[in-house]
Amino acid sequence: MEIYSYSFLILLLPALSFVILALAGMKMSHKTAGLIGTTSLGLVTVLSYLTAFSYFSADRMADGTFATVVPFNFTWLPLGRLHFDMGVLLDPISVMMLIVISTVSLMVHIYSFGYMHGEKGFQRYYAFLSLFTMSMLGLVVATNIFQMYMFWELVGVSSYLLIGFYYPLKPAIAASKKAFIVTRFADMFFLIGILLFGFYAGTFSFDFTVEGSVREYAGAAFILPTALVLMFIGGAGKSAMFPLHIWLPDAMEGPTPVSALIHAATMVVAGVFQIARMFPLWINYAPQSLSIVVWVGVFTAFYAAAVACAQSDIKRVLAFSTISQIAFMMVALGVCLPGHGEAVLDNHAQLGYMASMFHLFTHAMFKACLFLGAGCIIHAVHSNEMSMMGGLRKYMPITHVTFLISCLAIAGIPPFSGFFSKDEILTACMQYSPVCGWIMTGVAAMTAFYMFRLYYGIFWGTENKEAHEHHTPHEAPLSMTFPLMFLSVVTCLCGFLPFGHFVSASGQAYDIHLDWTVAGTSIVIAVCSICLATYIYKGESQPIADRLYKTFPKLHRAAYKRFYQDEIWQYVTHRIIFRCVSTPVAWFDRHVVDGTFNFLAWGANEAGESLRPWQSGDVRQYAVWFLTGTVALTLVLLAI
Amino acid sequence: MVPVQCYFVLSALLFFIGVFGFITRRNLIAMLISVELILNAVDINFAAFNRLLFPDSMEGMFMTLFSIGVSAAESAVAIAIIINVYRNFKSDSVDSIKNMKW
Repeated sequence: MEIYSYSFLILLLPALSFVILALAGMKMSHKTAGLIGTTSLGLVTVLSYLTAFSYFSADRMADGTFATVVPFNFTWLPLGRLHFDMGVLLDPISVMMLIVISTVSLMVHIYSFGYMHGEKGFQRYYAFLSLFTMSMLGLVVATNIFQMYMFWELVGVSSYLLIGFYYPLKPAIAASKKAFIVTRFADMFFLIGILLFGFYAGTFSFDFTVEGSVREYAGAAFILPTALVLMFIGGAGKSAMFPLHIWLPDAMEGPTPVSALIHAATMVVAGVFQIARMFPLWINYAPQSLSIVVWVGVFTAFYAAAVACAQSDIKRVLAFSTISQIAFMMVALGVCLPGHGEAVLDNHAQLGYMASMFHLFTHAMFKACLFLGAGCIIHAVHSNEMSMMGGLRKYMPITHVTFLISCLAIAGIPPFSGFFSKDEILTACMQYSPVCGWIMTGVAAMTAFYMFRLYYGIFWGTENKEAHEHHTPHEAPLSMTFPLMFLSVVTCLCGFLPFGHFVSASGQAYDIHLDWTVAGTSIVIAVCSICLATYIYKGESQPIADRLYKTFPKLHRAAYKRFYQDEIWQYVTHRIIFRCVSTPVAWFDRHVVDGTFNFLAWGANEAGESLRPWQSGDVRQYAVWFLTGTVALTLVLLAI
Repeated sequence: MVPVQCYFVLSALLFFIGVFGFITRRNLIAMLISVELILNAVDINFAAFNRLLFPDSMEGMFMTLFSIGVSAAESAVAIAIIINVYRNFKSDSVDSIKNMKW
């Protein structure tokens, strides 16, 4: 459609700014480089908002859904029956994701002016940010799963580059490699799933409505769920689901704005987005397999919340809370029930779909705000450890207020946005199974508890005079506080968006009804856990907390060590995989494969050595042989 | 008139003398002369067969002239090589250049 013909610019502008900054960045001043990156992102944001506005203000189709628009699409690589396409696809979830990505990315670009001020490699930083934004936007507007996969990998690369931004530091390098390897490992399954799907369905396209595109092959009942579960493993790697979550806490070694953009708001929800994208297939062909998504999500949510209660590094707490919240979104997608009768997609049975997307939207805003706030705090006290903080509310009023708003939002207190989306998720969970619903309510309570533990630890409690002796903490500059204020205003307001009108399982408008029994329970529980956190952590000294540590030292230590997940992986990879698989395989390669070729080379060498005396250098000897040969040939010819 | 067989006998004699000389002599110049003898044997064959088989045409004669021209060029190159060998090895024996094989 012509009216969206500008949409390719959304991908092109960040790509251009990446190329310019990467090639010529070192010749520019920091300010120019930052301005180029930020301006192109600003334009992308304007275009995204324009797209969203014209998309959602357009007339609905006859069945009440928004038309799926493909402004352009071309065959990039034809392979007979299958072909890889590149293009732009606009539908409610991709347009919603455009808004989320461009908004958070723009805020992070602005924020980085202050946070990264004077850092070495400032231009490189902005180049990578542009690369990341381009890939993430490409991922969400992909018209087919193969394009999605390509941008998915690009997102992984830019995440790797940004985590390892401080490359002289060993932990940063280790963390970037860990993130890359773990997600690559998961992506292997994603690729297998894509190929399986493409091979049997004969298409990579997301247009699942084409008659017979999916159903008409033997074994669909088995192949399709297998392919979808394999793709889910890829998504679980990117979205840090247990047990592939181990890379995300370490990814906090990167600069804090990067954590806000990539490891909290946008990239880590790629897995959720992927399932939402394949949702019609899940619900129509593999509804039973969705329970895998549910229980992986429930366990991850609980596990991450438990770990977050014991961490002392503020970015780690936020990282685990991200894992937990993404698990909420996964669960919400999983708890969708198959529709009844004629309607294949039913808004009420599949409330979780809308809830998941809504939570994705609100979580991106308040989690970005929390991370950027954490960045301001780290900037002020030069440490990630909670013990170095305390009593900061006097010094950093803006950070304090915005952080508090986001904490209330994530804890699910009305009228902040997190309340509305989390309430929808809990309602959907209750609809699915009360066990799941109550576990998730419990996790929501834990969320409120650890967030307020964090909040009191940073802004209240005893001031660490020793740490502040040489340097009084101060509020961050406007370039850093502006994004905080903007995001917290969004957090206050976006809960009132009629989100169901824009995004819902069937595409038809859906009015969000607050289920007050669920909502009331979750508010009461959240308030109780906030009070508990206040009671334990607000005071100058914390006798109850100390007593708890003393009573359950093992539990605390286990939670602090993340229940030894890293050690288990270390053991599995080093002791089992490296020793029992890699070592024999390496031996086979060195001795059998290499040996075969060494033998061939040795044979050729020996043959050469034995033929060498024939070349004596004695001309008369050659002449004799020549003559003999001639005579022999003559005799043979005469004989014939 | 000389019978045509005489030419063939002469040619064969020259050829085998050349081959024998090429194999037995160590002197490079003698070997070169032997090669020239072989070539001359070929030239005689060309001329004789031309007259015997195709008396009306002259291709064999032209081939002989051509071959003489080529052999003149070849001996000029060969003599230049021999002079260089002599300068380097202080010898005109073929055994002195055995090490030229690599």
